[in-house]
Amino acid sequence: MEKKVKRWVSGLGLLVLLLIMVSILALSLGPARIPFSNIFQPQGIESIILFKIRLPRIVLGFMVGAALAVAGVIFQGMFRNPLVEPYTLGVSGGAALGVSLSIITGFRILPLAGFLGALGAISLVYFIARRQGYLRISMLLLIGVMISFIASAIILLIMSLSQEYQLHGILFWIMGSLEESNPALIKLTSLIILIGIATSFFFCRDLNVLSLGEEEALHLGVNIERTKRTLFILGSLIAGVAVSVSGIIGFVGLLVPHFMRLFVGSDHRILLPTSCLAGGIFLIASDTLARTIISPLELPVGVITGILGGSLFIYFLTKRTLRLGK
Amino acid sequence: MLELEKVTTGYNTKAILNDISFTLKKGDFLGIIGPNGSGKTTLLRVISKILKPWEGKVTLEGKELDEIGHRELAKRMAVVPQRMQELFFSYSVKDFILLGRTPYLGRFQLLENEEDLRVVREVMEETDTLGLEERNLEDLSGGERQRTIIAQALAQEPEILFLDEPTAHLDINHQVEILNLIKSLNQRKNLTVLMISHDLNLAAEYCEKLILLKEGRVFQEGLPQDILTYKNIEEVYKTLVVVEESPVSSRPHVFLVPSKTKEKRGK
Repeated sequence: MEKKVKRWVSGLGLLVLLLIMVSILALSLGPARIPFSNIFQPQGIESIILFKIRLPRIVLGFMVGAALAVAGVIFQGMFRNPLVEPYTLGVSGGAALGVSLSIITGFRILPLAGFLGALGAISLVYFIARRQGYLRISMLLLIGVMISFIASAIILLIMSLSQEYQLHGILFWIMGSLEESNPALIKLTSLIILIGIATSFFFCRDLNVLSLGEEEALHLGVNIERTKRTLFILGSLIAGVAVSVSGIIGFVGLLVPHFMRLFVGSDHRILLPTSCLAGGIFLIASDTLARTIISPLELPVGVITGILGGSLFIYFLTKRTLRLGK
Repeated sequence: MLELEKVTTGYNTKAILNDISFTLKKGDFLGIIGPNGSGKTTLLRVISKILKPWEGKVTLEGKELDEIGHRELAKRMAVVPQRMQELFFSYSVKDFILLGRTPYLGRFQLLENEEDLRVVREVMEETDTLGLEERNLEDLSGGERQRTIIAQALAQEPEILFLDEPTAHLDINHQVEILNLIKSLNQRKNLTVLMISHDLNLAAEYCEKLILLKEGRVFQEGLPQDILTYKNIEEVYKTLVVVEESPVSSRPHVFLVPSKTKEKRGK
């Protein structure tokens, strides 16, 4: 047991170290390169670049990455399904629909529209899947996928009817970006995500037990209806908030939990916190690449997460045997 | 300690169990037998509070199950399900058994304490799983796996152990090994055992008392030699058998009658 805890602590320590290194790198790199030595003693304009532009973006990157990864861990564990990701249940479809509607109607506050859209989709999924007080896991999944399909169909309809500048706005949002200039919004987002992640941490053992199956969890004394409900709401909330500020950034929520399972195993007590850190690190690193690779132009960060994450994952998958159930 | 009083229940609107009554006393080793579809597993569900009785009640030491929380119930009764679902994640044997301590851990308690580890060590000794500690559950043989699952149930420190066909899909050496283990827990620790079985001979050999179910009703309850008669089996299972006394234990032993079944029916 001691050994296990030691292993956990050293894993977390390693990730924190990596987080610091990646953050320093992200602070330094960009159209205006700031040497490492100046990061702690910025001169003139550098201080504005560091604290007004790069640091908020790093914070947001960390929060969004962590939120997506934790939501991925929660949903994969709860559904006992390795292909589920935060967007599977309609969160992203709903948010994108909300944003598209707000763009064509000229409503300006996109994150709010996105969040309302996500909230609407999740509630719809939840209430349809709930019957006689029971939340049926398989129903939840199918209905989530269907709601996502319906939402994307409506978005396509909206796009086909909209003006060119509106079309550009919708597309740009869907591709996802961490460019957010409002510091208050970043603070609010961070706060909600942090509370969500901290709460979900106390459901790690429930996730462990749920992975045995619902009846088995019940035999072990877990109130599964309440647990499923709480986990669903928590996961959707943090994913919804992340999507509303950053748009649809794919792969983080699907891949990071798998990655971490390769390294730390499937005990959620360590899987969840390490995925949280790794998700943040991965998104900060991807975003740094996205904004430096063809600088001063920026690539959509989703392109980087997809290509980088996907190929890294395949590499590790073929290197080591991944245990997903067998 | 566990009592069922005129329990009727089922799924949706279809009643599977009808008017079931029986009592389980402390230290009993009670077997539940009956053909497929006679309601054995539904009985397990209603006793473990997954299914609610439509009529009648299930009480544990005078208290209705409805008044006992899931957590509380899990500390008093452990269930070994018939076939564990395909595990989505891989667990080491020890981590898997530790999950049995779930009902004792608080919401904000992330790690098991000394007491939990002591109990787990003890049940691992009892079930002879200490040597498997670091192995992965899916790499175990059928017998080792079943011992591990029983160890998890024992880690709940239950008063009642409820097993649903614990020897299904096992070779005879493992069948005997598992049932010897359960028998010894029953005798040494006075653990109350309720076991569903479709192997009549194993049930006769190990259970002190049997309940024979037919179409969701208790057909007969009593000692193995009173329950396992060729008449009862013919009536409930619609199969011709010969019942003899086992030369080893003088318990009844059921012999199948091949091929003649049809001829006799024809007559």
